Amino acid sequence: MGISIELEVNGASVSDEVEPRLLLAHFLRENAGLTGTKIGCDTSQCGSCTILLDGKAVKSCTVLAVQADGSAVTTIEGLANGDYHPVQQAFWDNHGLQCGFCTPGMIISCVDLLSTNPQPSEDEIRHGLEGNLCRCTGYHNIVRAVQDAAETMNG
Amino acid sequence: MYPSKFDYHRPSSVQEAVQILSANPDAKVLAGGHSLIPVMKLRLATPSALVDIGRIDALQGISRSNGSLRIGACVTYDEIANSSTVQEAAPLLAEAAGQIGDRQVRYRGTIGGNLSHADPASDLPAAALALGATLHVTGTGGSRSISATSFFVDLMMTALQADEILTEVEIPAAGAGTGSAYAKWEHPASGYALCGAAAVVTRNADGSCASARLCFNGVSSTAVDASAVGASLAGSDLSDGAIESAVNDNLSIPDATGDMFASAGYRQELAKVMGASALRTARDRA
Repeated sequence: MGISIELEVNGASVSDEVEPRLLLAHFLRENAGLTGTKIGCDTSQCGSCTILLDGKAVKSCTVLAVQADGSAVTTIEGLANGDYHPVQQAFWDNHGLQCGFCTPGMIISCVDLLSTNPQPSEDEIRHGLEGNLCRCTGYHNIVRAVQDAAETMNG
Repeated sequence: MYPSKFDYHRPSSVQEAVQILSANPDAKVLAGGHSLIPVMKLRLATPSALVDIGRIDALQGISRSNGSLRIGACVTYDEIANSSTVQEAAPLLAEAAGQIGDRQVRYRGTIGGNLSHADPASDLPAAALALGATLHVTGTGGSRSISATSFFVDLMMTALQADEILTEVEIPAAGAGTGSAYAKWEHPASGYALCGAAAVVTRNADGSCASARLCFNGVSSTAVDASAVGASLAGSDLSDGAIESAVNDNLSIPDATGDMFASAGYRQELAKVMGASALRTARDRA
């Protein structure tokens, strides 16, 4: 049984007919062709699939596409507006990634964190990113990137 | 991972939702989905239909009137943790909700889903017990109210009937002289409570203990009310020593959980440590 859904993805309207069991992560990657959103653990732990759903960071592997009907989604592809988003630039400048697999979700979570707490302490950054796992960096450069981005965005 | 196939319903009222549940005996209620979707992806649950209550307006919102805090079933952990109304009227609930999972999970998970799922290692059941919450539910036969004490029946089992939906959680607003605290020892990977202690302490004008309540997540198949500890503290001076002996002499969890993460004996000892810690913090806040 297909269900018609209509979402705003990165500012553009996307409509489709989907099976109820289709996960939002798969919808974004396979139906909308936006493969920047990664599927890591597929068990709501790692945060690689994090996207903004109506402005809030959520794990798209644990949301049904039908639940997102009528909502606005921002993926990593939708952050840059000509230039890199300040968080993307800060990850580049501070070498906040190694293999890069966690990076799209990590950056989306940072954007969400800074939208609710524009000047987080180091502890608040580490705590705020507990839903995103990185197996390469040891997190230090990620924390530096968030501090740098916060400075740029407040500046 | 895909869940197995199911029919999807998105009713716009509670009445419509319970009619669908009644007509589909193995249907499940979908709210935030952060407990249900993971078990469906693992095929541990294969409901034939989901009833998505996430857009029913009547299940949203936080309000306070006549000494009661009322929270709609679809209010998220994030909304609870950051609500000044909840922080004032039931700070224990805000504190516990703020410790669930991570920020992404807290944006989606709901109080109604949490309590109805009744995972004993989650953070809200003990808070609901310690705060004396009343759970309002609606089914095809009408509405009824269940005290938190009677709601949690066994491991992931509640007093809800198959056609009933938890609609609202009502909590008596904290009065003067009352303090509370949630102290959690979490599993380092999953963040679930190996032991979560929820304490509420009310002091008399002279500082002595008028009443105390200590409840636990994570240590048994349901949330546990250590009522003997609370009773033994009443009338005491709430000194560290009084709390220590109340916990050591009166806390017993006969059916403590033992698993690959922690033995039953370890959980019993952890409960004493976390329980005393929660009581001390609650006392200091009272």
